[in-house]
Amino acid sequence: MYRYDEFDRDFVNQRVSQFEDQVRRRMSGELTEDEFKPLRLMNGLYLQLHAYMLRVAIPYGTLNASQMRKLAHIARTYDRGYGHFTTRQNVQFNWPKLSDTPQILHELADVEMHAIQTSGNCIRNVTSDQFAGAAADEFADPRVYAEILRQWSSLHPEFLFLPRKFKIAITGAEQDRAAVQVHDIGLQLTRNEDGEIGFVVFVGGGLGRTPMVGCKVRDFLPENDLLAYSEAILRVYNRYGRRDNKYKARIKILVHETGLEELKQDIEAEFEATKNGILDLPNEEVVRINEYFAPPSFEALPKISTELEAAKREDRDLALFSSRNLHAHKAEGYTSVTISLKPIGGAPGDATADQMDVIADVAQRFGHDELRVTHEQNLVLPHVKLQDVPTVYKILKANELADSNAGLITDMIACPGLDYCALANARSIPIAQEISKRFEEVKRQNEIGDLKLKISGCINACGHHHVGHIGILGVDRKGEELYQITLGGSADQNTSIGKIIGRGFPEAEITDAVETVVDTYLANRLDEEESFIDAYRRLGDQPFKDALYGA
Amino acid sequence: MKTITANRLVDGDVVWLGHNGEWVEFVEAAWILNTDEDMTSALDFAKAGEDKQYVLGTYAIDLELKDGHLQPKSLKERIRAQGPTTRLDLGKQAERHLRSA
Repeated sequence: MYRYDEFDRDFVNQRVSQFEDQVRRRMSGELTEDEFKPLRLMNGLYLQLHAYMLRVAIPYGTLNASQMRKLAHIARTYDRGYGHFTTRQNVQFNWPKLSDTPQILHELADVEMHAIQTSGNCIRNVTSDQFAGAAADEFADPRVYAEILRQWSSLHPEFLFLPRKFKIAITGAEQDRAAVQVHDIGLQLTRNEDGEIGFVVFVGGGLGRTPMVGCKVRDFLPENDLLAYSEAILRVYNRYGRRDNKYKARIKILVHETGLEELKQDIEAEFEATKNGILDLPNEEVVRINEYFAPPSFEALPKISTELEAAKREDRDLALFSSRNLHAHKAEGYTSVTISLKPIGGAPGDATADQMDVIADVAQRFGHDELRVTHEQNLVLPHVKLQDVPTVYKILKANELADSNAGLITDMIACPGLDYCALANARSIPIAQEISKRFEEVKRQNEIGDLKLKISGCINACGHHHVGHIGILGVDRKGEELYQITLGGSADQNTSIGKIIGRGFPEAEITDAVETVVDTYLANRLDEEESFIDAYRRLGDQPFKDALYGA
Repeated sequence: MKTITANRLVDGDVVWLGHNGEWVEFVEAAWILNTDEDMTSALDFAKAGEDKQYVLGTYAIDLELKDGHLQPKSLKERIRAQGPTTRLDLGKQAERHLRSA
C-alpha cells in the first residue's frame, strides 16, 4: 500500500485549515457565493437538490479497513447513515451541512483521505482496475502508475484551471475493467518486444453529450516517459482546448476539431521539449512505489480449496455466489471477492454505515486489510483465501451484502439522477430498482448471463449509458420523464458507443421495453455461450427494433 | 402562481419564502405569488436573504393545484419539496411525517 508521507499529511492538513477559514468567511459574509463556489468545489463540496454533497476521493479505488470505518463514521455522524459509491471509484455523502464539512475533512485527514480534486476543471481521481495487484490475468500492477500520476497531478500548478475536467484511467490486464478508452487519457500497460514495460496511450475518449472512443496516440510509450508524455498532452489541451463553450471544452472535442494527426504532432513536439528533463521517471522511484504496492505475503495454498468445494456442495447459494462473485487471483488458493452493492430493488452503489463497518471488519479479518471500489459501483475484497470464502459469504449474507449478481443484468450502474442531482432531467434509481425487481429471479438472470446495463438521468452520462450493452438515458420531454434505449455499447478492450434504438419510453413502459430487448436476445442467440453483446454485434439492431416498435 | 425557493446556506436545506419575508421549511407554508407586485416584493426579500447569508441561489418556481393541494409544477421542484422518491425516510416527506407524529 502506498505510504502517505509527511508531505502529504502537512499538505492535506493545510488545505483543511484553509477550507475551514473559507467556510467561516462564507458564513460571515466576507465571501459571496460566487467567490466561495470555486473554493468549495475544489474541496469536493457541491450543492445538490436537497442539500450539499461531499465527494471524497478514493485514489484508484483502493482503501483499507480504517478508512472504510471512517467513511461509516462520517455517514453515521454527519450524514444520514449511508454513502454512495460512484463510477469514479469515489464515495459521496448526500446530506452534509456546510458548517460540518471542515470537521468532516479533518476526520478524513486523520485516515489520510481528502476531497481534493474531486470536482472542478482539474485532473480528477485516476481510476483503475478493481482487481489491480490481484488479478490472474494482470502482468503489472496499474496502481503503481496511478499513484505516480496522482502525485504528479495533485495541485499541479499548471493544470488546476483546465478548459474542463480531465479524467485518466489505467489498466494492467488484457481484459480492460477500467473503461480506459472512454477517458481523456486511457493507459493500457503493455510490454515491448524486449520485455520492457510501457503503455498503449489513448487520448480523447469520453462520454457526456458527445461520446467518443479514445484515439490511440502511442502503441508503446516507455515507462520512463509516462509523466513527460502526460504533461505534453495536458499542455497541448490546456493551450488549445476550447474555453468559450463548456460543452465543447473536453479534449475529445479538441481531438475531433483539430484532427488526430495534427494533435499527435502537437503532443509529440511538446513531448520532445519536455522529455529527458525533470519529469523523467527515475527507476528508483518506480521501485520505491512498487514496494508500497507489494502484494501481501500469500501463503502457499492448494489451487483448489477442499473446504470451499465441500461447502459449495452443501449450500447452493454459496455455489452460485462463488460462480459469479469470485475473480481468479494470481496467487493459488486465493480469490478476489466482489461485494455487490446492487441488492434487488436497491439503489446501485449505496451502502449503509453498518454495512461499511461490516465490510471493514471482513477486510481486516480475511482480506489483508484491503478494499477496492469498482467503477461499476461495487466493492471488492482483493485478496481472500478460497478456504475463507464460506465464512466471508456467511457474514456478507447476514448483512444483506451477498447478492450473487456480479456482471449480471441486475448489477447495473445508475447515477443518482433526479432524486438527488441538480443537473439531472429524469430519475435513474427508480428505473434501476424496477428493472432489478423484474429480473429478480436468479435462474433467469443467470440464463441471460453477462449483461451490462447502465442508466443515466441526463446527457452528462455519469451512469455511463453510452457504453452499456443496454444503455438507458432519462430525458425531460415537456415535463415528463422519457427514457431512451441505446444498444451495443461496451467499455472493455472492444469499446463501442451504443446506438439509440428508437423513440423513448415513458417511465411506466421502460422496464417492459428492457425485457423485450432481453427476450429478443434470448430468442436469437446462437447458444448459451453467445453473450448479449456478441449477439447484438452479430445481429445488428433490426431484431430489437422490430420487437420494440413492430416490424 | 409562483413562489420563491432557495437553499439555506448553513446546511443546504431546501426553503421557500414565507409571507413576511421569512424562510419556511415546507412548501405548503410558502408565499404564493399571484401578482407582479407580489413578485417584486418577494424578489426584494429574496435578495435580502442572500445578502444576509441566510440562503443562496434564490429563484422563482411555478406552482399548480393538484387534487386540491398546491404543489410545484415541475418534477424537480416536487422532489425538492418532498425528498428522494426512492427514500421516503429522507427529506421533507420524512420531516413532515416526524412533525405530525
